[in-house]
Amino acid sequence: MIDELNIQEKDAVLDIKNLSVAYSKGKYAVTNVSAQVKRNKVTAIMGPSGCGKSTILRAINKMHDLYPNIETEGQVFLNGVDTSSMSTIMLRRKIGMVFQRPNPFPTMSISDNVIAGYKLNGIKLKKFEREEIVKKSLQDVTLWEEVKDSLNKKGTFLSGGQQQRLCIARALAFQPDVILLDEPTSALDPVATKKIEELLIALKEHYTILLVTHNMSQAARISDYSMFMYLGELVEYGKSKEMFINPKDKRTDEYLTGKFS
Amino acid sequence: MAKPKLKYNSILQREVKSRFIKDKIFSGIVITLSLITISPIVLIILKLIAKGYKQINLSFFTETAPNTFQAMEAINSGNVIPGGILNGITGSLFMVFLASIMAIPIGLLVGIFLYENGTKRYANIVKDITDILQGVPSIVLGLISYFWVVKFITNGFSAMAGSFALFIMMLPLIIRSTEETLKMVPDTIKEAGFALGVPYHKIILRVLIPTGLSGLITGILLSISRIIGETAPLMLTALGSMSVNFDISKPTSAIPLLIWQFYNDPNMVDLIWSSSLLLMFFVLALNLISKQIISKRNK
Ligand SMILES: Nc1ncnc2c1ncn2[C@@H]1O[C@H](COP(=O)(O)OP(=O)(O)OP(=O)(O)O)[C@@H](O)[C@H]1O
Ligand SMILES: [Mg+2]
Repeated sequence: MIDELNIQEKDAVLDIKNLSVAYSKGKYAVTNVSAQVKRNKVTAIMGPSGCGKSTILRAINKMHDLYPNIETEGQVFLNGVDTSSMSTIMLRRKIGMVFQRPNPFPTMSISDNVIAGYKLNGIKLKKFEREEIVKKSLQDVTLWEEVKDSLNKKGTFLSGGQQQRLCIARALAFQPDVILLDEPTSALDPVATKKIEELLIALKEHYTILLVTHNMSQAARISDYSMFMYLGELVEYGKSKEMFINPKDKRTDEYLTGKFS
Repeated sequence: MAKPKLKYNSILQREVKSRFIKDKIFSGIVITLSLITISPIVLIILKLIAKGYKQINLSFFTETAPNTFQAMEAINSGNVIPGGILNGITGSLFMVFLASIMAIPIGLLVGIFLYENGTKRYANIVKDITDILQGVPSIVLGLISYFWVVKFITNGFSAMAGSFALFIMMLPLIIRSTEETLKMVPDTIKEAGFALGVPYHKIILRVLIPTGLSGLITGILLSISRIIGETAPLMLTALGSMSVNFDISKPTSAIPLLIWQFYNDPNMVDLIWSSSLLLMFFVLALNLISKQIISKRNK
């Protein structure tokens, strides 16, 4: 599969090896997934509801560690380093996450939301550092012009699409290597969705983007690579252009042609 | 196509009409029942104002309770009763304060613990105990405080004993309101914190508590309004006092204790109403402030 995708060792930001996740003993939601994620590309994870897309994504930044019942097997390497040897704070500084519903911290202002990762971890920032991080992150998500005069207002006053961009800015504030997004546009209207899609394409210049999406046309529009998952298995992984035109697996074909959803 | 004989429109109209009548009847019932519910509280407040306002003056707040002779003399010469209820006001505030500084930290911590461990067995046991505690009659809590604090710790009736009884009354209220408030904070907010690498205890301190802060404060205010009028447990513990007292080991007065005392003295009857009015004012104010906080939060 590696040869097929032409991902060189040095190009693989994430290297997932034999990853399995069980929510309770023996009940696997994800089974034996191996894949490499290429640097500075948008990689989409597709598949029907319940196939394990979110589960994989959350395994990558070890969100499952919070729940003692969940068992994770296999390894994830970030830039060649086994993530199980990294502290969670280091890992999550390098792998940002954006959720399905915009979730800015309701008690924090817009600018505090951007630097929430620093604030909540108790990392002190000098005034000019804080200002620069806030400005840069908001510019990166094309929100700066819209909010630069109301940085001290609560983040929850923004529209849904703006809130989601704020959450992306929050993830960018650590300058991560990878950004994980779990259906980031499913709660947004088409205009806000389009903005986020354009944003993701622009962001891949500096970041690697792994995007779970329900929406096949979204995957086709913005992803360079696509994974198709079914019943916890990674069925097919390839260049999006090739996969959408000429899927190799029958199940992928059936999914793409809408035989099941 | 043949024109339908049935008048579809009139069927709909019939339906709309009957629904309109049903709506009317229903809202009539609701309004009547609401009036029945609010009338006692309105009547109580009106009665308290009518009977109590005479006694409310500056000395009511700045002087201690009169003795029965002073009161009798004033009544005989047609004056208002001299003195006030300063010893009751300070005593109530003092004991509520003491109860609060014990109940708030412990209640918040146990509430957070229950929230975090809600599904575990021992947490459920704690939850059940909390519920039982909430149902214990306040006079029983007074008795417990009498046997523990009055008899063994302060060796006599004391503010400490009174506030201990109030503390046990407050505790389950704060525990449950803390737990309920934290439950209302969406998991997605918590996960946002985790995804930034924030450790668990910092999430609780810096995300959950600030997000639920207004709810936590509301719970505390309501628990205070719940205990500030308690009389029975104080009779067995704080006993009462004719002077202002801020010594935790000495008997102490409280507004409800004074009301009870006034009730037992025919010369003091007028003071019952003004004291009750003040107590009612405290309770209503605490409730209104809580409502205000809640409605702000929901905006
Ligand atoms: N917290 C959980 N506890 C137990 N089982 C879970 C939990 N979360 C997910 N699952 C199960 O794991 C499987 C994969 O779920 P997952 O959320 O990864 O699917 P998904 O592909 O993201 O679906 P969707 O498109 O609906 O978001 C499903 O069968 C689901 O029922
Ligand atoms: Mg999902």
